[in-house]
Amino acid sequence: MSSDREQHIRRTESDKLPAHTPEFTTISNHPIRRLYTPVDLREWDADRDLGLPGEPPYTRGIHPAMYRDRLWTMRQFAGFGSAEDTNKRFRYLLSQGQTGISVAFDLPTLMGYDSDDALAEGEVGKCGVAISSLADMEILFDRISLDAISTSMTINSPAAILWAMYLAVAEKQGANWKRLGGTLQNDILKEYIAQKEYIYPPKPSMRLVIDTLEFAARETPKYNPISISGYHIREAGSTAIQELAFTLRDGIEYVEWGLRRGLAVDEFAPRLSFFFNAHNDFFEEIAKYRAARRLWSRTMTERFGAKSARSASLRFHAQTAGCSLTAQQPYNNVIRTALQALAAVMGGTQSLHTNSLDEAWALPTEFAATLALRTQQILAHETGVTNTADPLGGSYFVEALTNEVEQGAREYIRKIDEMGGMIAAIERGYPQREIADASYRYQMAVDRKEKIVVGVNAFTDEEKSLETLQVGESVRAQQVSRLRKLRKERSNAEVARLLASLRKAAAGNENLMPHIYDAVKAYATLGELCAALREVFGSHEEAAVT
Amino acid sequence: MSEKKIRVLIAKPGLDGHDRGAKIIARALRDAGMEVIYTGLRQTPEMIASAAVQEDVDVIGLSILSGAHGTLAPRLMELLKQKGMNDVTVLLGGTIPEADIPALKKAGIAEIFLPGTSTQDIVNFVREHARRVE
Repeated sequence: MSSDREQHIRRTESDKLPAHTPEFTTISNHPIRRLYTPVDLREWDADRDLGLPGEPPYTRGIHPAMYRDRLWTMRQFAGFGSAEDTNKRFRYLLSQGQTGISVAFDLPTLMGYDSDDALAEGEVGKCGVAISSLADMEILFDRISLDAISTSMTINSPAAILWAMYLAVAEKQGANWKRLGGTLQNDILKEYIAQKEYIYPPKPSMRLVIDTLEFAARETPKYNPISISGYHIREAGSTAIQELAFTLRDGIEYVEWGLRRGLAVDEFAPRLSFFFNAHNDFFEEIAKYRAARRLWSRTMTERFGAKSARSASLRFHAQTAGCSLTAQQPYNNVIRTALQALAAVMGGTQSLHTNSLDEAWALPTEFAATLALRTQQILAHETGVTNTADPLGGSYFVEALTNEVEQGAREYIRKIDEMGGMIAAIERGYPQREIADASYRYQMAVDRKEKIVVGVNAFTDEEKSLETLQVGESVRAQQVSRLRKLRKERSNAEVARLLASLRKAAAGNENLMPHIYDAVKAYATLGELCAALREVFGSHEEAAVT
Repeated sequence: MSEKKIRVLIAKPGLDGHDRGAKIIARALRDAGMEVIYTGLRQTPEMIASAAVQEDVDVIGLSILSGAHGTLAPRLMELLKQKGMNDVTVLLGGTIPEADIPALKKAGIAEIFLPGTSTQDIVNFVREHARRVE
C-alpha cells in the first residue's frame, strides 16, 4: 500500500469527537476503532495466521468443511428435582431434537454430599438433579442408550465418582466403553478461580483429575474426560481476554501434570476439550474463539511438542451467557440468547447450550427450554450461516480483533508463568482478584449507564408476572427414604471394605478410578466416597478476595 | 456527636458458591463508607447468626442463587430472634422467584433485591433502614 494511501486512511480514522461522545468499547472494555482497514493487518500473514479450516493454526475451525459435514451438537444443560424428573426432561428434549445430553446436578451432589446430609437441607434438587448413588444414576438414564447419545456431566470435585457411576450404568446397559461419547467437566482449577465448588486442596484434586485423564486415555478413547472451562470465569465477571487466558493457562497446567504422570502428550491431549461463554459482544466473542484455537495450536506444538493434529485442535462447547439474562422483561432474553448463540456458531463451536428466558428467576420451564432449543434449530436450518466455514475470516475487523485478543491472552499467560504456574497464581489470589476487579468495573459502568442493559437501566417498563418452575421439598424426603432402603439392601461390609481400600490407595500413588468404580458398583454413596477422600486429602477453604 | 459507621455483614448461606454479586455489594458498601464484613462461602445459618452477634452488625445482606432461600432465610431469621437480634435489618439478593417474596417478607426479610438492582439503590436502602446506635 502506498504511504499516501495509508496516510489518507489514517486521517479518516481520527475522530473529531464532540465532548459528550463516549468511548467505543466492547463489554470487556476493549477499545474498538471506528474503522478497520488493511493498515490494521500490516503484521498479519494469511498463511501463518489464518490458514485453512482443519489445518494449523486452526483459526478458521478444526474441520475442513465445518457444519457442512456435521452440525454442532445441540446439548441443553438440564436437571432438577429427582432422577425421574430429570430423566423425563432428558427424554423430552431428545424427542424435540436435541442431539446430546448435558446433566445439571444439585448443589449437594456438586459438593459431594448425599441428599440426606444435614448440609443438604433446602438444597436437594433445587439447582440440578439429586444423585447420591448408582441407584439414582440408573434412574437418570432409564430408557436412554448411553452408547447412542453423547452425555456431558457438569461435575467437578466429585467428577471421578459421578463418572464411575455413569460407566457402571453403561456397563449394565451392555454398552462398549470404547464407544462411549461425552464430556466430564472435571476442571478443578476453575473452581478455585471462579465457580468455587472445590472440596479438596489443589494438589490432591489435580491428582484425581490426572487419574481420570489417564483412565480415559486407556479405557474410553472417545470420551472427553475434561472440559477446561472459561464459561464460569466469565460468569464471575472476567473480561473476554481473561476468560481466554485463564482457561488456556489452566489447560497448560493440566498438560504439565499429565506429562509429569508419565503420559505422552499425544496420548491424552487429543481428548482435552474446552468450554467457553457466548457473551453479548458479538465480534469480541467470535475473535475470542478464533484466538483460542490459534493460541492453543501454537502452544501445543511450540510449548509441548505435540505431533498429533488432534492434540493441537481445540474443540469446545459453548453456552450463552447466564449473567447477561435479566429478571426484568424476561422475553428480551430470547433475543440475547439468539444473538449470543449466533456468535458461537460463527465462531465455530462444536457443541452449544442456549439459555432459557426465565433463568434469572428459576430453572427453566419446559416451554422456555423448548424455545431455547428451537433457537439453535432455527440458526442451523434457516440462517444459512452454516453453509461455509468461518464466514467472517478475512474481515479486517475480525482478524485485527483476533490478533488483539490473542495478544492480550498471551500477556496474562506470561504473567502466570512468571508466578510459577496457575496453582501458584491461585494461591496468591491473582486470577480471583483480576475477576473481582473486572466485575466491579463493569457494575460501576452499568450503574453509571455507561453500559446499557435494555429493560434494566434503559427502556424500563412496568413488570409483568412470569410463571416459573417450582421444585418442592418432597425430593429430599424421597431421597432420604431411598438412601435408607439402599443402606439396608446393599452389603455394608463390602462397602466398608472398599472404602478402606480407597482410603489406602488415596494415601498412595495408585490411579483411584478402579477403586472408585468398584465402590460405586457396591452402592457406596457419593457422600461416603467423598468423605473417605476428605479424610485423606483434607478440605480447602479460600481466603476470600472482595 | 459523630455518627458511627453502619456495620454490614455480607453472607453466603448454604452450599451456593456464586459470589460475584456478594463481593460487588461488599465493595460498594465499603466505598460508601460502611464497615463491611464478608463471611466467605458456605455458611450455615448458625454461623451467620453467630457472626452477626460477634460483629455487632446493623445489617445483614444474604446472597442466595441456589434456590435454597426458602429454607435458609427463615432459619436465619429464627436464629436471630433467638439471639435477641431483633432490630438488625436483613436483606436478600439472588435468584428469588416472585412467588416466594411474600413468605420471605413475612419471615422478616426487610427487602429482596433482584438481579439488575444498582449498587446505589442498595447503598441508599441500607443508609435509610440500618439501625444506628450512637
